[in-house]
Amino acid sequence: MPAAGSRHAAAIERAQREMLHEGASSPAVRTGAHGTRQRIGADVVCEALLRQGVDVFFSYPGGVILPLYDVLGDYPELRHVLVRHEQGGAHAADGYARVTGRVGVCMGTSGPGATNLVTGIGTAMLDSVPIVAITGNVPAALIGKDAFQEIDINGITLPMTKHNYLVRDADELPRVLAEAFHIARTGRPGPVHVDITKDALQQETHAGHPSLDEVMAGLPGFRPTMDGNHRQLKLAAAEIAAAERPVILAGHGVLHARAEGELRALAEKIQAPVAWTLLGVGAIDERHPLAYGYMGMHGWKHVNRAIQSADLLVAVGMRFDDRVTGNVRTYAPYARIVHVDIDPAEIGKNVAVEVPIVGDAKRVLAALGPMVEPVPAERRADYLDQLAGWRKDSEATSWHGSGAWRDGYLSADYVVQKIGELTDHEAIYVGDVGQNQMWLARYAGFRHPNTHVSSGGLGTMGFSVPAAMGAARGGTGREVWAITGDGGFQMTLQELMTLVQDQIPVKIALFDNKKLGMIRQWQEIIYAGNYHSAHLLGPDYLKLAAAFGIPAVKASRPEEVDDAVRFAQGVEGPALVWFEIAGEQNVFPMMPAGKGLSDLIEQWGGPDE
Amino acid sequence: MSTQSAPAQGGPQGAPAHAAPPSRALPGGGDQRLHRLVASVVDKPGVLNRVASLMRARNFNIDSLAVSRTDREGLSRMTITLHGDDVAVEQATKQLYRLIDVLKVQDVTSEPTVQHELALVKVRVTDSNRAEVLKLVELTRGRVVDVSAETVIAEISGTEAEVDNFVACVREFGIRELVRTGAVVMTRGGTSIEEAVKR
Ligand SMILES: Cc1ncc(C[n+]2csc(CCOP(=O)(O)OP(=O)(O)O)c2C)c(N)n1
Repeated sequence: MPAAGSRHAAAIERAQREMLHEGASSPAVRTGAHGTRQRIGADVVCEALLRQGVDVFFSYPGGVILPLYDVLGDYPELRHVLVRHEQGGAHAADGYARVTGRVGVCMGTSGPGATNLVTGIGTAMLDSVPIVAITGNVPAALIGKDAFQEIDINGITLPMTKHNYLVRDADELPRVLAEAFHIARTGRPGPVHVDITKDALQQETHAGHPSLDEVMAGLPGFRPTMDGNHRQLKLAAAEIAAAERPVILAGHGVLHARAEGELRALAEKIQAPVAWTLLGVGAIDERHPLAYGYMGMHGWKHVNRAIQSADLLVAVGMRFDDRVTGNVRTYAPYARIVHVDIDPAEIGKNVAVEVPIVGDAKRVLAALGPMVEPVPAERRADYLDQLAGWRKDSEATSWHGSGAWRDGYLSADYVVQKIGELTDHEAIYVGDVGQNQMWLARYAGFRHPNTHVSSGGLGTMGFSVPAAMGAARGGTGREVWAITGDGGFQMTLQELMTLVQDQIPVKIALFDNKKLGMIRQWQEIIYAGNYHSAHLLGPDYLKLAAAFGIPAVKASRPEEVDDAVRFAQGVEGPALVWFEIAGEQNVFPMMPAGKGLSDLIEQWGGPDE
Repeated sequence: MSTQSAPAQGGPQGAPAHAAPPSRALPGGGDQRLHRLVASVVDKPGVLNRVASLMRARNFNIDSLAVSRTDREGLSRMTITLHGDDVAVEQATKQLYRLIDVLKVQDVTSEPTVQHELALVKVRVTDSNRAEVLKLVELTRGRVVDVSAETVIAEISGTEAEVDNFVACVREFGIRELVRTGAVVMTRGGTSIEEAVKR
């Protein structure tokens, strides 16, 4: 016992010295490139990232993750973006993942670095985005001792990750990192957090990287169901055959699975309109005749009306979130439901369904397609005519597009529509949270999958600029626009400097209503106009941009919009357009909390809303 | 001031327009009863924390939870008892499956099982009633595992009801301390939960 005890004491002492970066325990003694020194845990991290095809990651240094920064120079293929706040790094990894379909990577140090990542990890969790977040932690012997910058980050991320790890031994790193990437991207995607002690990063190791087979063998509890059960598919086909008023509901799962083609084919074969959730925007080209529109709390009235009168909902890769259903008791009262999702836990969670199908959206739709009878257009003629009429009606009453709102101020929906047009609907549009997010989803006009990025589940203000930064690093070849309110913009604008330093060409459309717009809207409609804290001061954004070295322009009138957008497009690196928009414009329709899809508020106050 | 839209018109073909739309049933509104789940999990540090954290975060109320190793290396077993309607408990099962370390979850509530728990009860005794307590322990198939001048520790195992019953009987003498393990469950007959876990 005494021997073990003194060994323990020695380990703590060593760890304490390490915390002070004392001595040459790091490979500082190396003479040249990485071949001439010992391979350590930090090398394993870099190797693993490269093996996983990571070309860029978003990170911020700190004491316990310095061993990694010490070897980074030996891996020039691995591009490191030095963010200005770890939350920005996590959102960037998220934005990168959403537009590329690859796993995004962010890193931070222990303690505050790790807690700063948390909002970004949670955002990725609620939207099922595959990211791997890596943090350093204090040396293993100091864990649990409240050492400097020690926090139980594993305990914090446990309920908000798909899986998480604490690694204290470099020999474990190859396996853990391979598992982390496999788990993040396989089945229902999601964030994985890997916490690595400083001594593990410094430890010499010869451990090799496992093959995918070895990884899977080590994860016996992780076997996502990809293919739909044949009997269930037959039941679904029968439901579809019997339906007169079917509506297909497309969610994020369609985009994750890259199932747009299969979705369109099914819609065409059964002549069913397609509605989409906030995260399902882009699942079908909005110009398609069966593309019916955005559903839910701020969705189109005609879409919600179609859902309320449907006799069958074919829901694919969506989770019947409260923003989509409103009061479940009154939701789609006449509809039977076929629900396709890769996560069995999503089926029957929020609404009871008639036909559950667990599986990957692409595989399920590919299998279901040949099993359904084609529906001749004549059979749906009355139905689709009625829907077309509803659509005309709702587009006419949902005010938008005339440029100026009251007193000549810019109308936000007009600006969004213009940005869509002037970018030929070919850019990537990253929304923030609030009114701007809803305007973006409603009016930009989406044609391609994964060109709309939004924090739907967590609703994280400040998401837009850093996520756009990651999206722009994704190498999609598309222009990237961050659409943000002045509130959200002020939450993470420190990343402007990152955009400048790395010349990341994000075009920022700042929708400045000098309000927390969505808060103001709720206060007007639900809290009897008690506008506490809705008014938001902001700086002179032209001066702000100038201070960062970002070309910027301001537009306050409809006739200035085109030039302002063109100006930003003409800038090679990042650019900012300050749209001074109306302060009191609301997003309509709006489903008040607790109400149902048939209880939309369509206007409030004057008829010009 | 406000104008609200009329409810969407047009139910399915044939449904009278004036009839109130039917109300959708909410999942999980059925009768509550006690469920017993057996979860086979990878024997790793932290797995108990994951299960407990999930049940808390998802608003499931655990009555008892017993964890132990099994005869298979690397495999642990949890017996979880919780109250809820069948749909809610099925949802708990599915949520548990989302944990990477969970290999198999079975709701054995409706299956023939042996369910036992163990209790240790430190009963206050005096010279005059010690014999009576010892007799009672014997009658209830309990076992005396410790005797002192003022106390007797009785060990009892059996179904929850049997343990409840024993505790109620000795309560009149005075209970100084009580500990119960929570139920462990095994299905009767030729089936094996452990063998059903694919590796
Ligand atoms: C981090 C965070 N804090 C608070 C909120 C609550 N919230 C939702 S919308 C909103 C107002 C957003 O204002 P702004 O960014 O100016 O956008 P607008 O609604 O005006 O377009 C707030 C405060 C949130 N979603 N996220």
